[in-house]
Amino acid sequence: MINKPFFPRQVVESSGNRWDWALLPLVLALLFALAYAGSQMARPYAVGEALALTLDPWLLPYYLLRTTLRMFLALGASLLFSCVFAAIAAKFRAAERVMVPLLDILQSIPILGFLSITVTGFIALFPGNLLGVECAAIFAIFTSQAWNMAFSLYQSLRTVPAELQEAARVFQLSGWQKFWRLELPFAMPGLLWNMMMSMSGGWFFVVASEAISVSNQNIKLPGVGSYIALAIEARDLGAIGWAICGMLIGIVLYDQLFFRPLIAWADKFRFEEGSGETAPSSWLLTWIRRSDRMQAMGLALVGLLERSLVLFKRNHDGTSIKARALPPNPAVARVGDAVLAGAVLFALWWLVGFIHGEVGWSEVAHVFVLGVYTMTRVLVLIALTALVWVPVGVWIGMNPRLAGRLQAIVQFLAAFPANLMFPVAVLLIVRWHLNPDIWLSPLMVLGTQWYLLFNVIAGASSVPTELRYAARSLGLSGWLKWRRYLLPAVFPSFVTGAITASGGSWNASIVAEYVTWGDTTLEAQGLGSYIAHMTAVGDFPRIALGIGVMCVFVMGMNHFVWRRLYRIAEDRMHF
Amino acid sequence: MSEAIVELKGVGKSFRSADGSARSVLEGVDLRLAEGEIVALLGQSGSGKSTLLRIMAGLVDVDAGDVRYRGQPLYGPARGVAMVFQSFALFPWLTVQQNVELGLEALGIAPAERARRAEQAIELIGLAGFEGALPRELSGGMRQRVGIARALVIQPEVLLMDEAFSALDVLTGERLREDILELWASGLMPTKAMLVVSHNIEEAVLMADRVLVFASDPGRVRFQLAVRLARPRDADSAEVRTLVDEVYALMTAGAVRAGRPAAEPARIDLDDRLPEADVARMEGLLEMLVDDEFAGRADLPKLAETTELTDDELLPLVQALSLLGFSRLADGDLHITPLGRQYAEGSNAEQQAIFGRQLLAHVPLVAHIRHSLDQEPTGELPEELFLRLLTESLDTAEAERVMRTAIEWGRHGEVFEYNYHNGLIHLREPDADEEAPAKLA
Repeated sequence: MINKPFFPRQVVESSGNRWDWALLPLVLALLFALAYAGSQMARPYAVGEALALTLDPWLLPYYLLRTTLRMFLALGASLLFSCVFAAIAAKFRAAERVMVPLLDILQSIPILGFLSITVTGFIALFPGNLLGVECAAIFAIFTSQAWNMAFSLYQSLRTVPAELQEAARVFQLSGWQKFWRLELPFAMPGLLWNMMMSMSGGWFFVVASEAISVSNQNIKLPGVGSYIALAIEARDLGAIGWAICGMLIGIVLYDQLFFRPLIAWADKFRFEEGSGETAPSSWLLTWIRRSDRMQAMGLALVGLLERSLVLFKRNHDGTSIKARALPPNPAVARVGDAVLAGAVLFALWWLVGFIHGEVGWSEVAHVFVLGVYTMTRVLVLIALTALVWVPVGVWIGMNPRLAGRLQAIVQFLAAFPANLMFPVAVLLIVRWHLNPDIWLSPLMVLGTQWYLLFNVIAGASSVPTELRYAARSLGLSGWLKWRRYLLPAVFPSFVTGAITASGGSWNASIVAEYVTWGDTTLEAQGLGSYIAHMTAVGDFPRIALGIGVMCVFVMGMNHFVWRRLYRIAEDRMHF
Repeated sequence: MSEAIVELKGVGKSFRSADGSARSVLEGVDLRLAEGEIVALLGQSGSGKSTLLRIMAGLVDVDAGDVRYRGQPLYGPARGVAMVFQSFALFPWLTVQQNVELGLEALGIAPAERARRAEQAIELIGLAGFEGALPRELSGGMRQRVGIARALVIQPEVLLMDEAFSALDVLTGERLREDILELWASGLMPTKAMLVVSHNIEEAVLMADRVLVFASDPGRVRFQLAVRLARPRDADSAEVRTLVDEVYALMTAGAVRAGRPAAEPARIDLDDRLPEADVARMEGLLEMLVDDEFAGRADLPKLAETTELTDDELLPLVQALSLLGFSRLADGDLHITPLGRQYAEGSNAEQQAIFGRQLLAHVPLVAHIRHSLDQEPTGELPEELFLRLLTESLDTAEAERVMRTAIEWGRHGEVFEYNYHNGLIHLREPDADEEAPAKLA
């Protein structure tokens, strides 16, 4: 069990901060352009083979398999993307200035947004073939996994300790050798942790990714997500129950068979000194390590890699003229700046024209108001969950016996897709005639509140024992104890949890503000329901508008609220 | 005269300070590393000796002057140069054998040959049996052995040691040092020259054939001492002790600005480096000086031994005490002044008063801060203003360190107070039962 708090949504001080905002019109313009093109593309026919989907629980394992396969394919693609992205961004300063803000923006775009725009494209790529739809589903899952992995790898590449880098240079390691011997192993713990987080995030959107209902089309790929969508349509509560069981088993399986062994293996990449901490262990890894045949296979693979290392070596050393660094050409940088500025201005102009023509300014204002509603919901709910879970988390964290066991459970709860509980909520709201505007809101934090709890537990359990003894011997109690001792102690981990919870809640708002059960649809007034509604109807310009506005809100909150809090936590409130 | 392997001529390195002007870290450094010699570089922290080492390793480019390795210009790390690092720089995810093989793998040597050479080196350095261990399973001394094996296995001509023993405890460091000197003497090492950077004076004298004392601001070779004693050298022998004494004298004399005789009290400018000395240690040292053992006069090497402080820690303390007028340096010995005696024997309140007075008289930065505060109607100023002044002549990290030292001293002498949260320096509010501190004219 890794006890350290994690940062799936990297609060990174990217080198080009103002470019963050300058790049936004560019990305938005691209989005709108894609939307416009998408609506003009010929509507693809529904896939001919009637995909036989039943609510028979015996088929669940098969569906689970299909879904897991998709998720792992997406994970593989994310890994590849992260490696390429991080390697380019870390080595070329010019690329870094554009790529890092771009990733920040992409991270703020909700997952459903990507799906609605790309699904028609993928289907058209493979006409008459199920592969197009599969690709769309895998791409949707990819977008929920790739960004934080890429950020984590990029951050790690930037923070490789100076002495190790110097050692690598002195001993003449080439770029390829350095990547495999130094940079990737150093980044491994963070990368793996983010991979775990990504998988959990992916499960949340498995329903939306597989039961593709965009632009008035309804395609259901065989998988657990479609099973659940079908169950919701047929109002079959029993089937939902089976699905929940299936999910539980699935999560436990991939946790034990995939992630625990990986994390136990990655312990050897741990950079901090001190073998005092108990290393995470996995029965599967221990078994693999002891089995000769598996070891032989593993060593064979490693041997291949090592041969490539020797192949790509440096041919010259520092005394050759080839080692001479070229002085940077200021003209190139300036031309690059000018081109970028020109492109941004052009995109802004085109964007304004497009909005004026297709959507109208009143609509834009309306969407912004909706965004304010959703933002209020997110902030209020995070405050409420904090009020409830911070005391609980502190209490659990201070009890080492409880902490170990409960932390695993809470982490599991965080991985479990909360939207399986939504139909129950719909039933209750309909039965008791409650106002959806207020009572649909808790659904947004249902899944993300566990991140808060999880982080507060981790923070409370890392309070130094000496501090605890000091507080006890001084007899601190009541409000004084909280104000002077407990709250400042868990503040950094609270901020981490809140950042994650907030980001997840925005994403969840799309499925939480627009919930269906059979033919009943409950809608709360907000940006999420706007996007969900427009997606179902297939109104591309408005989808793009909604996504753009959500992007602006998320980036704004991140910039003005979370980054400030994070900096305070980092400067003043660590041990 | 044997051939020079590495030659530095007029090497200069500068950094851009806040106002855009170039401030030198190194200036006009001439260094020659010839075959068959061990050279030691001594200097205080921040004197640029680490930068010089990295220039020789090819890790840092020079802004002026010439660096040549075997007559060829150096643009990056050369194959014949290997380095041993202060914090070992082992790759935590590679075993001992893999770490040692790292350089060989990078050169493209086949696995079988690599393994053979690595095992040989591991045995030579005394770690046989630990080939499959990960670095975290090893102690500090063993890790440094791995670092040395990794450097030696590529058969370098020049071995650079960047404070290689300072992260180890005294006993382990001594053993390792002796092992390396044994290897050097035995002729089993293909290495032809060694450059050792150290802040331990005794270590430098025991190891080197030539000791170079580095000055700071800007860094250059101030003094050179030849050590013509046969190895192995005995740390307790008279010759070694004389040499160590001589080096202490040179280093403490060199701390004063050029051209000033050592007997005069030290004087510094407003934006000069302040010695990194904390008040508790200064007081402890002063009390030790007054004690019966030294009775007011201490031989610096003896003081280092008794206090068990490293030279890196002792010399700034000695400088700080001399700066404030509590002691005086003469011929490599520390003498306590009457004021210092008064300080050591006074009560807490008396000590703070004396400290504050001496600060205002001898440390221009503190005096300037106090003067500016006095002129301010609110009596408070942000620290950035003074930091900006300092960054014009020092680099940012140095400037912040000097600021912290000045604030610590100022707080102790009750000259001013500091608020960490908003970074404001302000005058003391007089307590109800105390008189207001007298304002400077």
